[in-house]
Amino acid sequence: MGEKIKVDRVTKTFVVRDSDQKGARKEFTAISNMEFSVKEGEFLTIVGPSGCGKSTLLDLLGGLSTPTKGRILLDGQEIKGPGLDRGTVFQQYALFPWKTARGNIEFGLEAKGIPKREWRAQSDHYLELVGLKSFADRYPHELSGGMKQRVAIARSLAFNPDVLLMDEPFAALDAQTRETLQSELLRIWEKTKKTIIFITHGIDEAVYLGQRVVILSANPGRIKKIVEIPLKHRLADADIRSNPEFVKARHQVWSLLHEDEYAGLYI
Amino acid sequence: MVAISKQVKSAKRLHKLTINPLLALQKLVKQSIVLLLFFVVWEIAPRIGLVDPAFFPAFSEVASAWWNMLLSNELFSHFSASITRSIAGFGLAIAIAIPLGLVIGWYPIARDLLNPILELFRNTAALALLPVFILLLGIGETSKIAIVFFACTWPILLNTIAAVRNVDPLLIKSARSMNISSFSLFYKVILPASIPTMFTGIRMAGTGAILVLIAAEMVGAKEGLGYFITYSQYNFMIPEMYAGILTISILGLIINYGLLALEKRLSRWKQDPTV
Ligand SMILES: Nc1ncnc2c1ncn2[C@@H]1O[C@H](COP(=O)(O)OP(=O)(O)O)[C@@H](O)[C@H]1O
Ligand SMILES: [Mg+2]
Repeated sequence: MGEKIKVDRVTKTFVVRDSDQKGARKEFTAISNMEFSVKEGEFLTIVGPSGCGKSTLLDLLGGLSTPTKGRILLDGQEIKGPGLDRGTVFQQYALFPWKTARGNIEFGLEAKGIPKREWRAQSDHYLELVGLKSFADRYPHELSGGMKQRVAIARSLAFNPDVLLMDEPFAALDAQTRETLQSELLRIWEKTKKTIIFITHGIDEAVYLGQRVVILSANPGRIKKIVEIPLKHRLADADIRSNPEFVKARHQVWSLLHEDEYAGLYI
Repeated sequence: MVAISKQVKSAKRLHKLTINPLLALQKLVKQSIVLLLFFVVWEIAPRIGLVDPAFFPAFSEVASAWWNMLLSNELFSHFSASITRSIAGFGLAIAIAIPLGLVIGWYPIARDLLNPILELFRNTAALALLPVFILLLGIGETSKIAIVFFACTWPILLNTIAAVRNVDPLLIKSARSMNISSFSLFYKVILPASIPTMFTGIRMAGTGAILVLIAAEMVGAKEGLGYFITYSQYNFMIPEMYAGILTISILGLIINYGLLALEKRLSRWKQDPTV
């Protein structure tokens, strides 16, 4: 497997108001010197506490902002802006409320310049993939949270990007819907062979989905450790979360995330 | 398959047919009962001497005056003068204020520069400027259309600016992540997302248009519902005066319902807050 994405010593700072001095401004480091790479077709999850720079990192990967220092390579080329080689799924769905499920999916097809006569078949295909074929003509406000997120996933897949960037896409859903969507995402991933970078603050989710889990720590956001998850056949085992391998991996990630708290606690 | 879906469709239609008349009737009764009561009180109060019938004639008298004027075409000429003026001024305001508002809302620099002057104009009551309009444009059609245009422009312009500014940034981010051009972003995201707020301004303008027009017609005109009301008051044609007032209400209702229907068409995707 080749290297698809390389995050090369990336730092991102923002200029913010200085709370100590009225009217003054200072630099705030959201991401500090991050370095990791993602393999072609890999499912990588990134987990970390709130405010550790996860969304900032995803914006950089999406080309919606640029690193202060360092660079990000996609297929060896530096990312300079947004592109349809990457599809993004946001936590709050970000569907266009004036378009139906199908219309939302076709928005991406149009952006890619796909001829109009092919839209119907393609949107049908992706609606089918996420199990929403009979909801094609519903507006977002007529869909449940889980359905909305399925539409958002279908929209991002429809213009056929190489990489899928997902920013806590299931965080707003109830536990049951979340588990269903997690396994559906795995199924879609196996079917489409996309490279997926999936951000979450849920440890279970990170371990269940990721072949590797990147663990971040906050203030400033930096990589604490990257853990391999040796689980095979996640979909075959209905209750994989009780599997000893899963439990072990989960505990390892949990310990890494909570290390700092303990260090504080026992001193 | 096709046959089945046809069957389902016709079954649905049948369902609608059997249920709807009853529901519609129920709705009609609910919506008109208070209105009917109002007209009944209007009819009775002058007759039993609760109010002076010379100044407040019974509803039936007003209605018959209205009917006679309708037959003599007198009413129609005033009505059409008023509606032509209000639609001309209102339409002009829409044609100019919406594109202008979209541009001002989109460019922060235009917004910052123009905001103070817009605030000043918005807070200048249109009617206060009526003498100025008459001085500059005379008492012909131009001054009346111009004042309606002036009164309609500000709510439309300011709401359009606000609409563009308040488009959900996540939608913009989502569209930008699909690498669409600035023009597409504007045309396919900003514009549709702005329509509901824009319509708030358009409906405010619709109400304002009539108010200002009637006042302007009362002050200086030879035609129009505003002129007709003051004219009949001076000549002590009291039932005719009330008939004129009723006609203004009808004009207002027509404009308001027309705008509501248009709004419904354009924002079918919006959640109905009453559901
Ligand atoms: N545009 C911005 N300007 C200033 N600070 C920002 C900006 N975006 C994010 N930050 C700050 O950077 C840190 C990381 O934010 P974010 O990436 O959203 O965290 P996460 O997604 O992990 O919760 C936060 O402290 C946040 O306040
Ligand atoms: Mg975030």
